[in-house]
Amino acid sequence: TGTNMVNAGDMNGSGNLMDFLDEPFPDVGTYEDFHTIDWLREKSRDTDRHRKITSKSKESIWEFIKSLLDAWSGWVVMLLIGLLAGTLAGVIDLAVDWMTDLKEGVCLSAFWYSHEQCCWTSNETTFDDRDKCPQWQKWSELLVNQSEGASAYILNYFLYIMWALSFAFLAVSLVRVFAPYACGSGIPEIKTILSGFIIRGYLGKWTLLIKTVTLVLVVSSGLSLGKEGPLVHVACCCGNFFSSLFSKYSKNEGKRREVLSAAAAAGVSVAFGAPIGGVLFSLEEVSYYFPLKTLWRSFFAALVAAFTLRSINPFGNSRLVLFYVEYHTPWYMAELFPFILLGVFGGLWGTLFIRCNIAWCRRRKTTRLGKYPVLEVIVVTAITAIIAYPNPYTRRSTSELISELFNDCGALESSQLCDYINDPNMTRPVDDIPDRPAGFGVYTAMWQLALALIFKIIITIFTFGMKIPSGLFIPSMAVGAMAGRMVGIGVEQLAYHHHDWIIFRNWCRPGVTPGLYAMVGAAACLGGVTRMTVSLVVIMFELTGGLEYIVPLMAAAVTSKWVADAFGKEGIYEAHIHLNGYPFLDVKDEFTHRTLATDVMRPRRGEPPLSVLTQDSMTVEDVETLIKETDYNGFPVVVSKDSERLIGFAQRRELILAIKNARQRQDGVVSNSIMYFTEDPPELPANSPHPLKLRRILNLSPFTVTDHTPMETVVDIFRKLGLRQCLVTRSGRLLGIITKKDVLRHMAQMANQDPESIMFN
Amino acid sequence: MAGGAGLCGLLGSALALAGFVGLVTGAKNFEDVRCKCICPPYKDHPGNIYNKNVSQKDCDCLHVVEPMPVPGPDVEAYCLRCECKYEERSSVTIKVTIIIYLSILGLLLLYMVYLTLVEPILKRRLFGHSQLIQSDEDIGDHQPFANAHDVLARSRSRANVLNKVEYAQQRWKLQVQEQRKSVFDRHVVLS
Repeated sequence: TGTNMVNAGDMNGSGNLMDFLDEPFPDVGTYEDFHTIDWLREKSRDTDRHRKITSKSKESIWEFIKSLLDAWSGWVVMLLIGLLAGTLAGVIDLAVDWMTDLKEGVCLSAFWYSHEQCCWTSNETTFDDRDKCPQWQKWSELLVNQSEGASAYILNYFLYIMWALSFAFLAVSLVRVFAPYACGSGIPEIKTILSGFIIRGYLGKWTLLIKTVTLVLVVSSGLSLGKEGPLVHVACCCGNFFSSLFSKYSKNEGKRREVLSAAAAAGVSVAFGAPIGGVLFSLEEVSYYFPLKTLWRSFFAALVAAFTLRSINPFGNSRLVLFYVEYHTPWYMAELFPFILLGVFGGLWGTLFIRCNIAWCRRRKTTRLGKYPVLEVIVVTAITAIIAYPNPYTRRSTSELISELFNDCGALESSQLCDYINDPNMTRPVDDIPDRPAGFGVYTAMWQLALALIFKIIITIFTFGMKIPSGLFIPSMAVGAMAGRMVGIGVEQLAYHHHDWIIFRNWCRPGVTPGLYAMVGAAACLGGVTRMTVSLVVIMFELTGGLEYIVPLMAAAVTSKWVADAFGKEGIYEAHIHLNGYPFLDVKDEFTHRTLATDVMRPRRGEPPLSVLTQDSMTVEDVETLIKETDYNGFPVVVSKDSERLIGFAQRRELILAIKNARQRQDGVVSNSIMYFTEDPPELPANSPHPLKLRRILNLSPFTVTDHTPMETVVDIFRKLGLRQCLVTRSGRLLGIITKKDVLRHMAQMANQDPESIMFN
Repeated sequence: MAGGAGLCGLLGSALALAGFVGLVTGAKNFEDVRCKCICPPYKDHPGNIYNKNVSQKDCDCLHVVEPMPVPGPDVEAYCLRCECKYEERSSVTIKVTIIIYLSILGLLLLYMVYLTLVEPILKRRLFGHSQLIQSDEDIGDHQPFANAHDVLARSRSRANVLNKVEYAQQRWKLQVQEQRKSVFDRHVVLS
């Protein structure tokens, strides 16, 4: 790999270029890029650090204060993460609001206002003109002074496409030039990072900046993607940034991942305005190890983030999310049947989306399509803009569409969806509107929604996974909301026209709320794609603010998960993890085969024997040759080549660093020096060079299993302890080694997948 | 540039936090609060929307709907069907946020243009074609930061502040180049 700066072949310090490219002397204990951390060692290092601080705290007042600061640093980090994540989310929301409207027109009095903000103080009282005000002008009005007519329409259409293309092109160029890691959703990679993988730069400052800036651009360009997944990535970047300010977290990869789990919770919390849902999402979807302490701190971070966002108040009404609904009309028991139908639809759509999207991403990965990322983004944006503009439901931003679909028709709604035939003598309060026959506008809206649904289903498959920040919560919810609303209107009209049927007899007042069907549909589709369970229901009911709808939401979520699981066990994020070959050992996978450790361990029959180090009979030169010729991450240390009794395990990186260190610093260490791992140096003849003691880098307690241990137990050990490798012994003698990669390959083989797709160590 | 990016990040986040604190506690514009009453059609009066800049306690039909379109005895029935909502916004927040965002976007755009177009031309003019040392991997590499290796090799002899900055910037460029190779060329990560 190109990033392997400490090249094994360059051991003698030759090539001064290396010194510059090397980071300022990495200490023993840091990890290389694209490698897995050693959870047990990180935990024991943290325990040591904590014990040292506790013992020193009794010495003086200053040390005591330092120990208090150390204990409180966790909470300070959470507070900072919440503040920054909330601020960034507010900035993103405000900027998206403005830039989305920029495609259609501009506010002349103050160019930074979106359409709604511009007309905030308008005095138009007539109902038809409520969206118009003299300060806001469409582009056609501004350029050619016409607001109606074919030429105005075409000009607006053309400018809409131009703006969308320029936003998308700018976004993909920024990603390509400054931070290539800012593309995609981020959640699959964050899941892998939280399970112990290292991807350097993925949570860096440039990635944070570029992801925030380009997220606004791509959401404003009208592409069929959302900002929730990228917001989780942004929040984790904030978490990484703040944890690097405190040595408690910057030096310990295990503790840092606790902070990142909490940051992910804060990210979802600001995306949906759902702090509890955010914590549960972090627990269920993103995190790997989630101790109870992290639960409380995640909640704190999520609350601070939600509070910060609320203070910035991006939507002008003290709500956190654009589609917060507040109605409380009850639902009927028999409505569970259409809800379950919506659940089935959600499951089916989830399966379809995952299969098609993975196939398309695989094609992008392996064929020439992947060589033209910028062109791909431009083409998809152009297609999206061209098809989206004529249909009023796709022309506006997806969040606004969902908001309109979720909202029930009040007394005075202007949208076509609410064009019911009203009884003018009616004097009911707004919440209690009975079923009404649909007017012409509703029928128009239905077929427009159907077209929009088909379009969104198809275009999202090609959009998710492009080289721009893209999330898929909002498009899934949009698909579900559209389907749900159509079903809701259908049920409502059925109930109205046939209210003499038995089931509809009591449904007159209050009637069916199509908005609720939209919500249930959104939950079903989101559950079908991501396979979230509890966190989905909690997020949805935090969005609605009412506990009445928990049962329909749960029915739909459970149904969609069952239907989707019948076709494939993986959600979209796990599918992307498999596509990329990340070494992610999923806790949800069950291993039920009857293989033994001896079937999986290396070396197999016919392979070269295990490369081991002896405890005191190898020279420095032998070890260097061994390191150069192989690329294993570590070597077991045995007593001698004859009796292969295990002493411990030595990591490759630490061996390299220790030898390099010794050659530069210690006198007398040459290629012929004996390297020993015991406490006392071995017996040496008189004029042999100074031996090199490397006991401090030896792990004296490597995990071992016997060769007859069932693989079920071995997989469990790997999962629960976060091991990277495990040694196999028989009657105390070393037989072989099982690494995490071997385990993953074995599991893939057992599940009839391609074992060669596991790429990283 | 990694250190510079760190500084930028710190500066940006400090700016954001300061901005947030300032915005939240900033003075409220008179026009930033309003009460919006939506009154549906009543008898032969069409539907209307009324906006008025009043405080929350005055946000009801009687204070906002002016002039009242219905005569005295009908006022109560009319007002019962009206829905009044209090809305608040902060125009200062919006203005500052959009302007900060546009300036950051503009700066990034300028820097991107500089890196991709201006810098190679400048380097070629300063150092001449003959001195460009291309490492094996970069032959034919037309992407940004293609000359990071040789600049690193040349700059190691002088060690003052300016060169430290340039050295950090070149190291950042190398990192980004590696990332770009993983993501765009080899499709190893994030495909």
